[in-house]
This record gives sequence, C-alpha cells and structure tokens, in this order.
Amino acid sequence: MAQMTMIQAITDALRTELRNDPNVLVFGEDVGVNGGVFRATEGLHQEFGEDRVFDTPLAESGIGGLAVGLSLQGFRPVPEIQFFGFVFEVMDSIAGQLARQRYRSGGRYSAPVTIRSPFGGGVHTPDMHADSLEGLMAQTPGVKVVIPSTPYDAKGLLISAIRDNDPVIFLEHMKLYRSFRQEVPEEEYTIPLGKAEVKREGTDVSIITYGAMVHESLKAAEELEKEGFSAEVIDLRTVSPLDIETIVTSVEKTGRAIVVQEAQKQAGVAAQVVAEINDRAILSLEAPVLRVAAPDTVFPFPQAESVWLPNFKDVIETAKKVLTF
Amino acid sequence: MASKLKNAQLDAQKALEAVEEQFQTLQILNEQGEVVNESAMPDLTDEQLQELMRRMVYTRILDQRSISLNRQGRLGFYAPTAGQEASQLASQFALETEDFILPGYRDVPQIVWHGLPLSQAFLWSRGHFEGMNIPEGVNVLHPQIIIGAQYVQTAGVALGMKKRGTKAVAITYTGDGGTSQGDFYEGINFAGAYKAPAIFVIQNNQFAISTPREKQTAAKTLAQKAVAAGIPGIVVDGMDPLAVYKATRDARERAVNGEGPTLIETLTYRYGPHTMAGDDPTRYRTADLDNEWEKKDPLVRFRKFLENKGLWSEEKETEVIEQAKEEIKEALKQADAAPKQKVTDLMSIMYEEMPATLKEQYEIYKEKESK
Repeated sequence: MAQMTMIQAITDALRTELRNDPNVLVFGEDVGVNGGVFRATEGLHQEFGEDRVFDTPLAESGIGGLAVGLSLQGFRPVPEIQFFGFVFEVMDSIAGQLARQRYRSGGRYSAPVTIRSPFGGGVHTPDMHADSLEGLMAQTPGVKVVIPSTPYDAKGLLISAIRDNDPVIFLEHMKLYRSFRQEVPEEEYTIPLGKAEVKREGTDVSIITYGAMVHESLKAAEELEKEGFSAEVIDLRTVSPLDIETIVTSVEKTGRAIVVQEAQKQAGVAAQVVAEINDRAILSLEAPVLRVAAPDTVFPFPQAESVWLPNFKDVIETAKKVLTF
Repeated sequence: MASKLKNAQLDAQKALEAVEEQFQTLQILNEQGEVVNESAMPDLTDEQLQELMRRMVYTRILDQRSISLNRQGRLGFYAPTAGQEASQLASQFALETEDFILPGYRDVPQIVWHGLPLSQAFLWSRGHFEGMNIPEGVNVLHPQIIIGAQYVQTAGVALGMKKRGTKAVAITYTGDGGTSQGDFYEGINFAGAYKAPAIFVIQNNQFAISTPREKQTAAKTLAQKAVAAGIPGIVVDGMDPLAVYKATRDARERAVNGEGPTLIETLTYRYGPHTMAGDDPTRYRTADLDNEWEKKDPLVRFRKFLENKGLWSEEKETEVIEQAKEEIKEALKQADAAPKQKVTDLMSIMYEEMPATLKEQYEIYKEKESK
C-alpha cells in the first residue's frame, strides 16, 4: 500500500474515475497542463488528454454553467473552483441551477456534478481564499457537502462523490493537503456519503467535528485522557446531509457533547448539529451542548489567523465546561 | 510621446467606429412584404414557407388565448410573445430535431415547436413540476428565470456536443437586458474559446421590463459584443422571418462544420406587457412607439409576401386559427387532468434518494396532504 498525502489521494481518486468512466471530465482554471495550483490534477492532462482534462477561461460562473451544460449532455463533470472563496461568483450555478435541476425537470435531468475546491485557514493565504463557507452550501437543498479529514477518506469519498447522481460540493482543507501521509490503497474503494466515522471511542463526552478540526479534536482527546476524561471523537465527513444516527448514538452513550468547527460561529454546521441533538437526544444530556468555533467575523488577514482559528486548547476548555457542568 | 498618446486615443475611437459600421441590419423582406435582398433569400420550399406562416399565426392565437386564460386565473406565469414571432419561430424553424434549445422565460413557443407538448407548457405556467418533465427525444431545457444563466449553460451543452461528435447545435435566447449580465459575456467567451457549436440569440425587444435599450450599454449594437469574444455577430431585422431564418441557418451551418458559435441580435418588439403580473407598458413606452413597431409586424409582411406568391389566403388563415383554438382547448383539458402537485412530490425529487432527515419530514407532509 502506498503512503499518500491528501493531495495525492485526491489525484489518485480523479485518475481512478477518469479511467473508469469516459463521461468523467475534469476542468477548471489551470487544471490542465499545469496540473492545478495545488497539483491536484498533476499528470492527468498528460494521461487523459485535452478532451477529458482541460483548462477553462478564468470565470467561475462560466465554469459552473459549463458543468450544468455538460451534465445535460450526459457527462459527469468534476470542475475545480480554484479557491472556495471564489464561490460567490458561481453561486447561481450551484444553488440556482445544479441543486434544482432534478426537481425543475420533474426528474428528467439530474446533475451528477462534483465541484472540488480548496478552503481552510492556517496557510497564510490572501483574502477570499480560506473562509469556511460550507454552512452556505449546507443550507442549500439539493446539494451534498463533503469535507474529508484524511488522505484515505479523501480518495474514498471523492470516488463516491463523482459516482453520485446529485451535485456534490467537495471541500479540501488546504492545511491538510500535505500535512501528513497515510496508507492509501492503490485499488479503488468508496466511502459512502452521509456517513460519519467514530475516530476515537470514548465514554464521557462526544466531540463532533469535521475537516482540519478533526485533528485538533483528536489532540484534545489525548490531553483530556491524561486528565482522566474519555472523549469520543466523531468525524462527520459529510456535513450535508448529516449522519444523525451516529451523532445521536454517541450522545446517548456519553450524555455530553461539544461541536467543533473552524468556521465562524453564526448559523453554521455546528449550530445544526446542536439543534439535531436537542431535537433527538435531549433526555440523554447531562449538560448543554456547546460549540467551539471561530468568532463571527470574516476570515482574517493572515497576521491574525493563528488566534482566530480554533485549536485543541479551545476544544479542551469547552469540553471541560460540559464535563464539569 | 504626448502626441503619440493622443493619436492612439484617436485611433481607438476610429477603431470602434469602424467596428460599429460593420454591423448593418440584415433584412430580406421589407414592411410591405417585398424582397429587398434577393441574394440573401434562404432556400425554403413553398411548403416550408407556408408551415412557418402557419406557426406564426398559431402562436399569435396562442398568445391571445394565454393572456385571456391568465386573466381568468386559468394560467399562471405568462410572458406575452406577440410581436416577437419572427424572432422566436423563424430561428427555431432553422433548427433540426437534434439541436438543443435553452430558452429564456419568454421563449416557450420555441420549445413547444421543438416538441414540448402544449399541455406541459400550460402546466409549467401553472407552477406544476411535471410541466418541464421534458419527454425523451425532445431536446429542450426549461425556460431560464435567472437572466443570462442560460448563456453559460449553452456553452456547456455545445461543448458536450462537440465532445460527443454530434452534428448538432445548442441555441439559447436572452433579451437586450440580458446582454448586460456577466454570464452573457462568459457564455459567448467560453463557447468561442472552445469553438463550440452554439448559437446565441439576443432578442432585442427594446425594453428590459421598463429600462430602454440605450440605458443598457454604450454599444451601438448588441451584436458587436461578439467581437470581444472573437466570434461572428450579426444584426437582423427581427420582424422579418426570412432574415431571422437565414441568419440562424447560416450560424447552424458554421457551427456543425466546426467553425464555432455565432451571436445574433434580432431587432424586435413585444406588443404586450413584460409579463401578466401587473406590468403596465404605458408607464415607459409611448403609443407612437407602439404604432411604429406594429407597422413592422412580422405576420403582416409575411402574409403579404406569401399572398403575392399565391401561397396564403384568408381561408388558410381561418383554418389555422380554428385549429389553434381547438388544440389549445384540448391541451388545457389535458393540463386540467394532471394530479395536483404536492409538497411530497418536491421532497421525493430533491435528490435521487431522500436523506434521512428529509424522509422524516416526508412522512409528516404525507400525513398532512392525505387529509
């Protein structure tokens, strides 16, 4: 088995599906000869040619429209939005068009489109590159939103996303692209969308999280262990639709929960998870469900990002609040 | 240096004027129904000419009936089409079945003539999701509501056709206002860059709801916007069915021969309001302007042209009108027979498979709607 970074696992997933299905097309700004600004499409243009892997003019709405149109011709487009902060330019294609294609056509047309895009803080990008905007997407009926936290998950989830017959927003945390390697099978495998994973079992508190915060939460769980608290860590992997069953089962066991997200606190995925727990498991709770999140601002300019971003210490502090409630 | 810069600015102005001068309006039939441009006459048989006239008369009746049905509350959303028959129907007439239409909200006639059953167009107007459940083999998309979005999608459909090697084109429509959208530029630019077989039609009916054409842009013609995308553009008399047909047919020819997209501006006019939802054109248009355009009416000039050739008569016209009325009545009956749309229908079709939470909500609404 090969040791891969997340970016290599993503390239591997794209290659797998380009080989498997002649309808899969990979395109976006600089994804062709250049292999993408993060090298996510490295070597694919050479292997599959201009017809399957190609550059687009520099216009995100055009890329979204291209995906809509190609899907109407029976293709399975996998466009890249170079940085997810640019999503505002393509919001109509996502929320106004792709998400509604199936309903609007009474089921005649589906939109099997996977939009890949890097996001996330901690890598000192300019403005409009790092914001966590998955909450905007998760509020959009008709699309699925997937955020892997490991190379292994990235490959299995991306293959599932490409094969899915509904539009999927596949968000890749920039800090995780090359931060560590993991054993990733060279052969194809899938991880179902909409299924969370218990990353670490525990009995005292459930830490529900996703993306880069999975790693902060695991680190926090180790520290808590030293202090005699057993924390369970759940990686949502798909933030829309949520895996309610895994969340509720865990909370019923531990009786305490916190939800950790990198995004600003307001109206996000964490708020949705808290609400679902309150709806379904309130009688199991020994303490209120608290959130760890960034402040309600836009993503900061790089000089302030280390303080702005939630980290394992914030997770420990908040976990202790519910553990000692 | 200073004088060079001055010259450069002067040249830029000249360059613009030189470009704008190229965009003269193509006309084949004048307002009196006389052929004024014999060399541009499209190759149409007598039967084809009669069929095009039949469709224009039929659609004028459909428009009148739709307006009155809307007033009676028997139709919902409706954007009147009278005045634009040549622009809409002659461009569709230039297509083949395998060509794919991405319409704007006023472009229902084109997709009906391309194969969408009229009963479904009525269902769509009533806000029923089965309205745009397009039958297999009918190559059209639902009318687009977001102005300009159909332009970028057309680049995608056309690129898909090119990749598949199909000898077909994707055609789309927007209005004069639509040319101000970013998606308009992105669509024609993408299609140009990929040399995709697309036809972009601008139906310049002079007003975007109430905003006059001259407030949209400093450009003298809308067709000249093609120049920036590096694709051919042409202005046609949009009240002249033969000019519209010719321009569209030529564009189709180029597209299927691998020569890329074309932008067509049709100069036309909508006689009625923007939609039937309360728009009052007397607030922004004068009666004089209305009269001026009504003199250019596409049906009047085409009727004269055909009558002179002995291809049309009052009896023929009456026959078409009666047939239209009969078929509209029948289509309405079919639309009336469709089961009422439910919220559960919407829920079950948001995704291929309902997520667990939506399934729970589905059960709640199923119960609600069974009462």
